[in-house]
Amino acid sequence: MTSSTSATRRDFLIRSGALGGALALGPLSAPMTLAAAPWDARLVVIILRGAMDGLEVVRPEGDPLFAQYRPTLGDRTGSHDLDGYFALNRHLEGLMPLWQKGELAFAHAVATPYRDKRSHFDGQDMLEAGTGTDVGLRAIRDGWLNRMLGHVPGVSVKTAFAVGHEDMKILNGAVPVSSWAPDARLDLTPQGRRLLQALYRGDPVFQAAGQTAIELAALSDQGAPSGQEGSAMAMSAMMRNPARAERAAALAKFAAERLNEETRIAAFSIGGWDTHRTQANAIRRALGELSAAILGLQKTLGSNWKKTVVMAMTEFGRTARENGSRGTDHGTGGVMLMAGGAIRGGRVFGRWPGLRPEQLYQDRDLMPTRDVRAYPAHAMRAMFGLSSSLLEGTIFPGLDMGMDPHILA
Amino acid sequence: MNAAFSTLAEIRFGYGLSPMVAAPRSVDAMLARLAGPDVIATRFPIEGFRTRAAQERALGILRKARRTGGASAQTAFRKANRRATRDLIRDFGTSLIRPMLSPDGFRERLLRFWADHFTVAASGKGLRYVTTGYIEDAIRPYMTGNFATLLKSASLHPAMLIYLDQVQSIGPNSRIGKRLHRGLNENLAREMLELHTMGVNGAYTQKDVRQLAKLLTGLYYNFRTGFKYRAAAAEPGVKTVLGHEYGGLRGQLSDIHAFLDDLAMHPDTAQNIAHKLAVHFIADKPDPGMVQAISRAYLESGGALMECYRAMLEHPAAWQGFGSKAKQPFDYMVSTLRALGVEEAAVAKMPTRRLRQVFATPMQIMGQPWLRPGGPNGWPEQLDAWITPQAVAARIEWALMISAMYGKGNDPRDLARVALAELADPRLVAVLGAAESRAEGVALFLSAPEFNRR
Repeated sequence: MTSSTSATRRDFLIRSGALGGALALGPLSAPMTLAAAPWDARLVVIILRGAMDGLEVVRPEGDPLFAQYRPTLGDRTGSHDLDGYFALNRHLEGLMPLWQKGELAFAHAVATPYRDKRSHFDGQDMLEAGTGTDVGLRAIRDGWLNRMLGHVPGVSVKTAFAVGHEDMKILNGAVPVSSWAPDARLDLTPQGRRLLQALYRGDPVFQAAGQTAIELAALSDQGAPSGQEGSAMAMSAMMRNPARAERAAALAKFAAERLNEETRIAAFSIGGWDTHRTQANAIRRALGELSAAILGLQKTLGSNWKKTVVMAMTEFGRTARENGSRGTDHGTGGVMLMAGGAIRGGRVFGRWPGLRPEQLYQDRDLMPTRDVRAYPAHAMRAMFGLSSSLLEGTIFPGLDMGMDPHILA
Repeated sequence: MNAAFSTLAEIRFGYGLSPMVAAPRSVDAMLARLAGPDVIATRFPIEGFRTRAAQERALGILRKARRTGGASAQTAFRKANRRATRDLIRDFGTSLIRPMLSPDGFRERLLRFWADHFTVAASGKGLRYVTTGYIEDAIRPYMTGNFATLLKSASLHPAMLIYLDQVQSIGPNSRIGKRLHRGLNENLAREMLELHTMGVNGAYTQKDVRQLAKLLTGLYYNFRTGFKYRAAAAEPGVKTVLGHEYGGLRGQLSDIHAFLDDLAMHPDTAQNIAHKLAVHFIADKPDPGMVQAISRAYLESGGALMECYRAMLEHPAAWQGFGSKAKQPFDYMVSTLRALGVEEAAVAKMPTRRLRQVFATPMQIMGQPWLRPGGPNGWPEQLDAWITPQAVAARIEWALMISAMYGKGNDPRDLARVALAELADPRLVAVLGAAESRAEGVALFLSAPEFNRR
């Protein structure tokens, strides 16, 4: 019992899913020094779950076909011109100052190698695994950010952080990483804590999760009253179900606070993009969350914002044409958003395929002209000094990185 | 250690051992109970969809009136909305009480399984107050019959038509489609193949999705007029889905039923349902022999669900191993109430505000907001999706609260022997004996891996 107690005092945080990593590092009681963060650059990956409509967000209003394909959704009222051809959806208006400062960019007509079945859940799995079609979806065991961490020196469990209640497969894998939600808390007596550790000792999954919980509880709301009544009160405070934009801002704030400490990589997700009907309205909330998350990161990161790259990506795009209910159905090519003081923003990257029927994928979806993985690959090469062969062979197996788009400033 | 039949029957296929409810002693006994009358549902009724839909409709009228009306309209809406919320939480309480007291735990587990398989999330689109009624009407009565019947009941139910946007889908060449310049919405068609039947690895293509979307046009519901098959919105012409032709010049509901009957008997559907059952009840990576046995029983019986359950329960793998699955938060809470022997009145008489504080909100923080999964694929199955640091913290916090409320008279060591029977490890019992107080010991037991796994 003594040894596991002393382990809690060290900064030894292991994500529950990272069983292999826990074993690889040896018993919890092994001495471990916390390495300084391997780099100064910060990377935030936001997974946009539900297939964000790239054409709705970064709108090719310069092509008359856009309005033709989208009799109601093509309405350009309120959108913000970006470069004379593309316009930004009006609900991202709050990000225009970033665009003007060169701290916001997009990559258009991108997609993972996933094709044709257009299942959200398989699409997200492939996006987070970072693999190509050569690997069976069921065979994927880890996420690309985790594989990357396995190939850089000086990584600690705090180097990467999954934030929120959502399972972040992008960070699952052999390398221990941290995970927490800003609204979680834990209030145990020292004796209870010791006994709990004894109970978890034979169970690696619980041990890893419990250990992290005990460590990270200290990061959550410190002002809450303690004791058992306090727990009930803290939980009832959660019932108020804050507006979604506030929730996204809270995730971003928590992530940014970690990034201001030892963490260098953070990942979280934003949902609500599956806009099959009345999309003009339905997408407002999701874009509001995305906007709040990015502005929240910028605000809390302070001077670290200039070292930061944020990449927001989705499993696939949506149909070029509006469907029968003023929405769009599952498609292929889409858009990726990049933000941060470290990027060379104020531009829309990518080769635009055009919107004519024969230029679309299966006369239906925006044709992807570049593998979405190429952007994080180039970013990580520049930020973390990873080699192309490592990126193309291990982190994103089967990827052809192609020309460097120079997304960093 | 090999667990006794009744121990695994309750923990793996039910809601856990209880000092107040006798555990089943054989597969035949489990299946006989399931085939018999739904006693607990009669004893603790939950309103069906129709009543809740009427309530939602009335609420919609008041909501509209509020925009133009004065203070009295405001008050009327707020009152009705509060009432609807209260009813929702009360039904949630009843949903806890049924599995807490039932000797027919397998039925309650199947209810959650099928409600998840045919997910309708209770959020947005007017579904917040009606989803419990959908589960009560469209799932609960049909879990022991034929899969095709359950499929038709759930995937064509008004709640599903709303949830997956089918009510928005109109045949572009139908009379209404031409007049309003409206067209297809693929959402239900895709999920019907991907989630409800064949599975994402099933042998269907985008073309099948498209053709099915056309076949499904005509299905319509709104809270004012109720369900209607609108032939005037149905895409005219023959549709070829999965190699078979359905429909003719004028669409009709029976074309859709004919397709669903065929779809139910597709081998990919059998395989997907078999695999899902085995994953949900036994292991994240189930014994392939068991999946095959269930799938065979499915196909040989023409989709008779009781035969599938029997094939699963009679397979040796059903009674081997222990603990590779995590109890999902709802199941974790109910099994806690059972283990502690909490009485009906404690939950039935709890004010709705407390029901939220004590159950609904903690369940949300454990990662499972009641009836609100993130998408139509429902809740994840893998252990590590539930046993994260933040979720474990939430379980421990809740265990502390619940032990303070109900655990005072319990010796944690006895609790371990009640809840785990012969699976209670002596080392676990010893650790519990070292707790500072009984309440803390109870909370520790409820937090122990052995009680959170199944």
